[in-house]
Amino acid sequence: MEQIPILKVGRCLLVSIQIDMHDKLAMALQDDLTHKLVESRARGVLIDISALDLVDSFIGRMLSNIAAMARVLDAQTVVVGMRPQVAITLVELGLTLTGIQTALDVDRGLTLINRLIDAEGEHGAGGAR
Amino acid sequence: MQVERASTLDVRTSEDVVKVRQEVRNRTAAVGFSLVDQTKFVTAASEIARNTIDHGGGGVARIETLMAAGKRGVRLIFEDQGPGINDIKLAMQDGYSTGGGLGMGLPGSKRLSNEFHVESTPGEGTKVTLVRWKSS
Repeated sequence: MEQIPILKVGRCLLVSIQIDMHDKLAMALQDDLTHKLVESRARGVLIDISALDLVDSFIGRMLSNIAAMARVLDAQTVVVGMRPQVAITLVELGLTLTGIQTALDVDRGLTLINRLIDAEGEHGAGGAR
Repeated sequence: MQVERASTLDVRTSEDVVKVRQEVRNRTAAVGFSLVDQTKFVTAASEIARNTIDHGGGGVARIETLMAAGKRGVRLIFEDQGPGINDIKLAMQDGYSTGGGLGMGLPGSKRLSNEFHVESTPGEGTKVTLVRWKSS
């Protein structure tokens, strides 16, 4: 069975979606990430979609669900690398990607996510970890 | 209007949706759509293909390359023998959903197409036709 690899980088989980995902694979990724977040105690999730040539409502919902679930598990989510034509299409489709932070590339995404995690830390959120 | 090339694909599984996306990508690229227009129409196809499975219980997609008055375009016809749509006007509204989705499928796909038509008979099935022309 195909699987999308999830890598731990510092305090973050890094996912790079490199294939045209069918819906079951997207659901599997959502489940895998949830388990990996708890297991690894990561504080951030960075999702690289630079290889995706389309984000439809299903993939959009998956990204929003991942962000919401990560939030509940005390982690920040940043989506990076959206192609311009994908962004244009998303807006026309009417998707808003609620609750998702974005950055242009992995570098900027990591900077943003570390800033978000540090800001959270100062407020004492997730102190039980 | 002349159909230059046509193919029919099954739309039954989530893997089939990926195949429909790939075929629409190839056809729109062959006709010479810009990358943005390709992406728009492939996304519309993905939404309607998923509707065919989730609401229609599966069906078929016909993908046609069109030529009309010197314009070239691609037409997609999705047909299922599912329960049909009771109120098409309501189904075309943003945010209306019976399937637990976001309610973006039909209205969003309409915005991503140049021509969009839904025919449905409750109890017999649904036919959705989408056309996008190559912009000059």
